[in-house]
Formats: sequence, C-alpha cells, structure tokens
Amino acid sequence: MSLARRIANLFSRSRVEREIDDELHAHIEMRMEDNLAAGMSPEDARRDALLRFGNPAVMKERAAGADAALGLDSIWADVRFALRQLGRSPGFAWTSILILALGIGACTAIFSAVKPILIDPLPYPRAKKIMMIWEMRGAGGPMDVTFGTFHGVAERSRSFATIAVMKPWQPTMVATDSPERFEGQRVSADYFRTLGISALLGRDFDASDDRFQGPNLVILSDGLWRRRFAGDRSIVGQQVRLDDNLYTVVGVMPRSFENVLAPSAELWAPLQYDPSLPADGREWGHHLRMVGRLREGVSREQAGSELDVILHTLAQINAKGYDSSGGAPDGMMVNELQSDLTWDVRPALLAVLGAVFLVLLIACVNVTNLLLARGAQRQGEFAMRAALGAAQRRLVRQLLTESLLLALLGAVFGMVVAFAGVRAVVALSPPELPRVSAIGIDGPVFLFALGMTTLIGVVVGLVPALQASRRDLHTAMQRSSRSTAGGRQWTRRILVVAEVSLAAVLLVSTGLLLRSMHHLLAVDPGFDASHLLTMQVQESGHRLDSDAARVQFLTQALEQVRQVPGVISAGFTAQLPLSGDDSVYGVEFEGKNNPVGDPALRYAVTPGYIETMHIPLRRGRLLNEHDAAGAPVAVLINESFANLNFPGQDPIGRRVRVGLDVGHVDRPWGTIVGVLGNVKQQSLAMGDENAFYISTAQWTLRDNAQSLVVRTRGDGAALAPVIRDAIWSVDKDQPVVRVAIMDNLLAASEAERHFVLMLFEAFALVGLVLAATGIYGVLAGSVSERTREIGVRSALGAPRGNILAMVIRQGMTLTVFGVLVGLSGAVVASHAIAALLFGVSRFDPATYVGVAALLICVSGIACLVPARRAASVNPVEALRAE
Amino acid sequence: MAKNDLQGTLDLLVLKTLSQVRELHGYGIVLHIQRVSDELLHVEEGSLYPALHRMEQSGWISSEWAMTETNRKAKYYKLTAAGRKQLLEAEKSFEQLVKGIRAMLRYA
Repeated sequence: MSLARRIANLFSRSRVEREIDDELHAHIEMRMEDNLAAGMSPEDARRDALLRFGNPAVMKERAAGADAALGLDSIWADVRFALRQLGRSPGFAWTSILILALGIGACTAIFSAVKPILIDPLPYPRAKKIMMIWEMRGAGGPMDVTFGTFHGVAERSRSFATIAVMKPWQPTMVATDSPERFEGQRVSADYFRTLGISALLGRDFDASDDRFQGPNLVILSDGLWRRRFAGDRSIVGQQVRLDDNLYTVVGVMPRSFENVLAPSAELWAPLQYDPSLPADGREWGHHLRMVGRLREGVSREQAGSELDVILHTLAQINAKGYDSSGGAPDGMMVNELQSDLTWDVRPALLAVLGAVFLVLLIACVNVTNLLLARGAQRQGEFAMRAALGAAQRRLVRQLLTESLLLALLGAVFGMVVAFAGVRAVVALSPPELPRVSAIGIDGPVFLFALGMTTLIGVVVGLVPALQASRRDLHTAMQRSSRSTAGGRQWTRRILVVAEVSLAAVLLVSTGLLLRSMHHLLAVDPGFDASHLLTMQVQESGHRLDSDAARVQFLTQALEQVRQVPGVISAGFTAQLPLSGDDSVYGVEFEGKNNPVGDPALRYAVTPGYIETMHIPLRRGRLLNEHDAAGAPVAVLINESFANLNFPGQDPIGRRVRVGLDVGHVDRPWGTIVGVLGNVKQQSLAMGDENAFYISTAQWTLRDNAQSLVVRTRGDGAALAPVIRDAIWSVDKDQPVVRVAIMDNLLAASEAERHFVLMLFEAFALVGLVLAATGIYGVLAGSVSERTREIGVRSALGAPRGNILAMVIRQGMTLTVFGVLVGLSGAVVASHAIAALLFGVSRFDPATYVGVAALLICVSGIACLVPARRAASVNPVEALRAE
Repeated sequence: MAKNDLQGTLDLLVLKTLSQVRELHGYGIVLHIQRVSDELLHVEEGSLYPALHRMEQSGWISSEWAMTETNRKAKYYKLTAAGRKQLLEAEKSFEQLVKGIRAMLRYA
C-alpha cells in the first residue's frame, strides 16, 4: 500500500511539494507570531524563526525524499538522463543495441530450437524409461526388427513393462473430388500404453484388436478428427472407408499427443500379423520398429543382455523363419528413445550450438569494447560530476541505469530477432529434424542470453565510474581532454584480437562446410537429374489386388503419360534414388553357396525407367516388354555388385535368385542380362552400394507405391498437373503424391548439411561484421585520441603516407595476431564439424589461407577510414584544439 | 543497538508527544517537547519534518489538514495503531540504551 502511495506521489510531485511548502511555512509563521507576541521586533522575530528552523530548502528536499522514500523519482530521473545520454550518441546506442539484439536473438533462436530436441524430456510420462530396440547383425548398424523377434521378446522378456512394434501405413480415403492419402501407422496392441498416452475419446487398442485377421479398427489424431469430422464426438463407433475397406473408429487421441516416432501420422490401425509365424511370410521381414517401456528398477544394460539371451533362444526355435530374411541377428541393441531419435542430427545441432555460442561471445566482446571506449570518452564527465559532489554510489547508479537501459532495448530487439530466427530455423529445418513442432521461443534461454550480455555490460560499464570516483579529480579532469590511459587501450586491443580470432574460427568452419557442399554437389549421382519430374502413385483399392491388374494399370498409365506433349520418356520404379526410399532384398548367386543371399538395393522397374533416368548401360541389355510375368526372370546388377562378385569376369548369363526366391531350391534361376552404372540411393555422400534391377512384372511382392519418373523437354513442374490427369484418366482413385523435381530431391538429400551450412554462413557473416566494427572502433578511438600527436608529427614534416601507414600497421598487427590465434583455434574447433565434412580435410589449407586473406582484406577496409582521417589531420588545428 | 541512534531518539520524542496529545501539528510538537522536557531538549525545528514524513510513510502516524486556534491552516499528525506499537518498542530500546550508558558511567 505504501509503495502504491509512493508511486502515486511520483506523479503528483508538484502537489506534494506544494503541501510541504505550505506545512513548513505554517511552522515558520507560527513561530514568528509567538515571537511577536513575546515582544520581538518583526525583523528579529523572522530571523529567530528561520534560525531555529534551519535551511528550509534542505528540509523540504529531505521531507520530499522521505515521501518518495525508495527514490523512485530519482530513478525516473536517471532513466530520463540515460535516455538523453544515449540520444546524444545515437551511433553508440544503436550499435550496442543492434549487437546485443543479434547476440541475444541468435542465441535464443538456436537454443530454443535445440532444447526440445536434445535437452527437454520427450512429452511422455517418465520418458527416460522408453527404449528403442533394434536387431544387430555383424558389423552393420541397427536393423528394423521382424515380427517374429517382437513376438518372441514380448512373450519372454521380464525387463519391459510393455513393448510394441509399428510400421508406416498410408491409407487412402476417396472423397468426392480426388483421392486423399493419409500418413498413418500400423501398431501392435501396446503402442500407446508404451508411450504412456491414452485416448481422449473412446479407447486405445487392446490385445483382442491386434489379432490375425481381426476387425478393421482405426484411431484418429485430434487434428484429423477436427479437420475431416468437424470434431464430432459421436465419431467413435462410426465407420470410415480407407483403401476400399470399412474401418470402425474406436478412439481419438488428445490434441497434446505428440507422436515423435512418426510425427505426421494421423491415424493408427492394429498390426494384426500372424502369431503362428509362417516361415516365408511378412512376419520375418525386417521392417518393424520396436519400442518398449522398461520396468521400474531395470537398467538399459540389463534389458540389453536379457534380450541377447532371448534372441539366442529365438534363433534356435525359428531358424527357418530367420533364414528367409538373411539369417538370425547377432544381438539386440537397446537405446533410450530420445538419444535414438536425435542420433543423426546431434553432431549437426551441436556444431550449430557451438557456432551460435561463438556469436554470443563476439557480441559480448564487442559490447564490452564499445562500453570501454565510451567510458574513456566520459572520464571527464564523471570526474566533473564527482567534483560537484556526486557520491560514488550515485555515479554507479547512473551508469547502471544506462547499461540496463541498453540491455533492455537490446532485449526488445533481440526478441524480434529471436522470433524471426526461430521461424527461419523451422522453415529451413531438414526433414530429418525430430520434434520440429515443439520448437518455440524458450523463455529461460532468452533470459540467460539477456542476463549474460547484461551482466557483462553492467560490469564493464561500471569500470569508468569507479575509476572516476577513486582517481585524483584534478588530473582526471585535465586528462579528459587528452589521450586516455594506455592501459585501457591495451584492454581494447586484446578484445579486438579476441574478436578477430573468434570470427576466424567461425569462418574456417563455414569455409570447410561450404567446400564440403561443393564437393557433394559435384558428385555424380549416376543418373541425369535435369528436366526430371517425379511423383508417387499409390496403388490403392481391391481393383488392383491381382498382380496382372497392377501391371496393366502401370502400363496403361505410362502410355497416357508418354502422350502428354513435352514428355520425352517415362517409367515406374518401386524405389526412387535420393528420395528416402530404402528397399533391400537378398540376391543368391549360383555356385556361390549363399542360401541367405547378399543384401542389395532392389529396383523393381518398368521398361523405360532406366532409359528415362539416363543410367548408363555398361554391358548386356536393358529390360523390355518381353520380361513379363511367366517369362524367364531377367536381372540387371550394378557395376559395384558385378565387380564384387565377378572380378575380371563377364557376369552376363550368370544365374541368380532374388527376393523371396533366395534359398528356395524349388524356384527357377533367373539370369543376369546386363550391368548398369552405380546410382546414389541414400545420399551423395555415401559410397557405392550393391543393387539389382528387375522388371515390375516379374517381381513377386506387392509394392504399395510406385514412383513415376518423367523426362521432360522444358520445365517439368509445369507439366505435373497434366501428367497427374493422364494417370487419373486410367484410374481416378489412385492418389498422386510427392510431386517433385529431381534436382530438388538431390538438394533435399543434403538438407541437413545445407541447413548447418546456412546457419554457419549467417553466423560467420555476423562475426566478420562485428570483428570489423571492433577493429574500426579501436582505431578510430586511437586516432582521435592521438590527434595532437599526429598533428605534431605532420608539423615536424612526417609525410601523409607515413601517418597512413602508421595507423594501418597498428590495425594490421591486431588483425594478424587475431588471425593466428583464430586459425589455431579453428584447428581444434573443426573437430566438432568433422562428421559433417565431405571430400575435404578439416585441416584443408585452402580454407585456412582463404579465411586469413578474407579477414585481412576486411580489416584493411576497416582500417582505411580512420587511417585516412589521421592522414588528413591539419597540424595547426590539431595543436590549437588542445 | 543499531536502533539507538539520534534519529531513533527524535522518533521516540515525536511518538511519545503524539501519544500524550492526541493530535498536533509540527510546531506544536516542537513546543510540546520543549515544554515537557523543561527546555532541556531543543530540536532543530526544520529537521522535524523529514522525520514526520518518514514516519508517515512507515505508517506510524497519519496526517490531516485542519485549522489552528488562530485560524491558520496546518497539518495535524495523529498516532496510528502501528505507531503505538512502534512507541512501545522505541521506549524499550531507549531504556536499554540509558541502562547501558549508566552502567558505563558507573564503571568509570
């Protein structure tokens, strides 16, 4: 209450002052009246009254001070004074605010993006207990698990409270106008229980739902429920048509449910695999991801060793099943869900985090530098105010107000930068970045960055005030007009060296990433990506249940597409390079005795695909219409596969079994009819992988989606709608999705590197600019402080060139020092981005030399302005000015 | 002991005065203190006002403008409940101060 009164007093200051005046006057006059009554002369009465009272002005001031006790009004005065001070040197003010804003904003944006991914717990109860479980084979990395393994583990394991498997599911819903494809998941019964989330409406799945040939059930996401069903609460129990089948809705998930395992999934259906585990069924395909929740008190390691034991048992019981998909795995791997999800992006994120930390550091150094320079300029002002009786406390408070005001303004603009930054990060983020939806401005992070910069600003800002009050005032006031203490110059020089070296570290890292990107984009993908349009056609509905119907649909669709004007050629493939597809099957070579088969990328393609992609044929022939169902199986292999299996021999005519036929002696052999050039499948950075090609008509397993590739004469994107209509003229119920230009897919396959590179480029640019400003600031300050000395020099006959050289030398010495320190730092720091480099050593000399040259050029420009000013000093004026 | 400074003593005198005379303006308080202390205690009259205003901010006393007997406008001060409590404490700590000083004097 009393605080409210104080603040009220602040705004009615004049009223309060008038009241005090009245009160004091009344006192003095009452005393005068009494004095007169006691017989004094009017003059004596007045004199006596004033004498007894003391100095009315002081008393009034002190009474008013008591009224505004906390000194709120003087704080307000300080703020106004600080604003005036900043307004007087707008250059300083705006530079500081901008630097603070950049440092705080960039740091907040990046930390905000990284925190939900790497640091915050996943949005599930006791999320640390949720584990990803993989099968391991040989030296290869983790592998998707088979249903057989899941079934055996779920039955036997004591370590996990619940355990579940999942696979992607992309059902199609035919609406009135066009078919729509949804992202979804097929999950085993305990999926939602493992995550610890229950349904908002209805229920989630239970064991009776997830049984072989069980009922068609579906759970909807909150988003899909609101979008397609207008949030109708009676949806539970109703039926929806997906892929020509009726599914009963059993539940709706809550809006807060974030499905980190498949962020875009909007509906879920039970897996319903066959628990009798037929040896040649899908139950033994490695295509499921497994997730489990540890029991209380069980560690990850304990669970891992238990699973290894269980797997050993399973391998003995189910030898036939495992053999149908390359043999039993050697072990199981158990990873915490969060670290598993972030495994791929972690090095990139940590590198970005390191870079933004450097930016914040440079910003801090720069602000420190600016404040030091300003403190030096104001030395005289502080000395003057101290001489006029300002207490040290008062000076400190004034400076504190100024620093805090700067920080506050910096924070406001920093917030703007942070918002823009977070939006940019989300927009630019590579598709493999998990939990993008959870990225938002992080309050604590913002406060941390703000606090750090402010603290430094405050501490640095106080130095001149403390010096001013301590030092002998007379000399300080005299010195104020001339050069300042050399010590501060030294501090500032060291700061500039630090800035240059930090910028050098950023620039070297950026340079290395940039060169990696160039190397990558120069890699030959193995096909011609220009003028290539791609789209995915889903094969949906019972009409296409038979192999013959599917092949006929593809053939007819191709005929229609090829008639579109502007189309040169077209073909279908079950797996598109650099699109994220990854389909691997076994290949068994005759006489090699590998009944399990060698794993190789599998391309089931229609005639025309290889020609359209311009994949070079090294030997033999391509596929054609005669490689149809029932005809002898024709297989093409790629060069690396051929070199591996037939070094120095001709593979044409050799016999192989592929896919489901591997290891089945009752199945006929196929024949290798050609050898193709290698094609990059996963990423341009990957080495060559083994691959085989087979005609779609001769491939015995059903693919749910086919990618169409079309080589066009002009702009492919413009043709996309026409081509889609051509497909729909054959069957209008087949969704066409993922329309893309091959060039873009190529770039997108390097999205993660590109993302890191863009952020580094931005940070390096900021670092470079700040470093240049720092050099400029120090030199400009030094020149204006040395005006008199320079004047004397030129009066004594020093040529302009010498003076120019003197200033530039001073700046260059700092730069060279900074560059040397920075490059050594970069040698160490580049370790952090080693994982992101391609085709370039992290000690790449060209990058280091280039960065040194760039920094020297930029700081040369920064030196030139003050140097020219120094050289143009008029000796007469310089000497008179003192 | 920290409370036993001069300012504390002035506070004590003002609070005691207002507890004896229900309502008084600043000049009246000065006169009262002089009269009751047999002219032994002289307050610098002006310095009373910062103290009054501070005590009012602390909520020990409240004020009101009113007319004096001589028909002059003056600000009258009055003790609040918090002020009464503060008076008790101030008296107690003053007693201790006096006791302490007496002991010192006896020892010497």
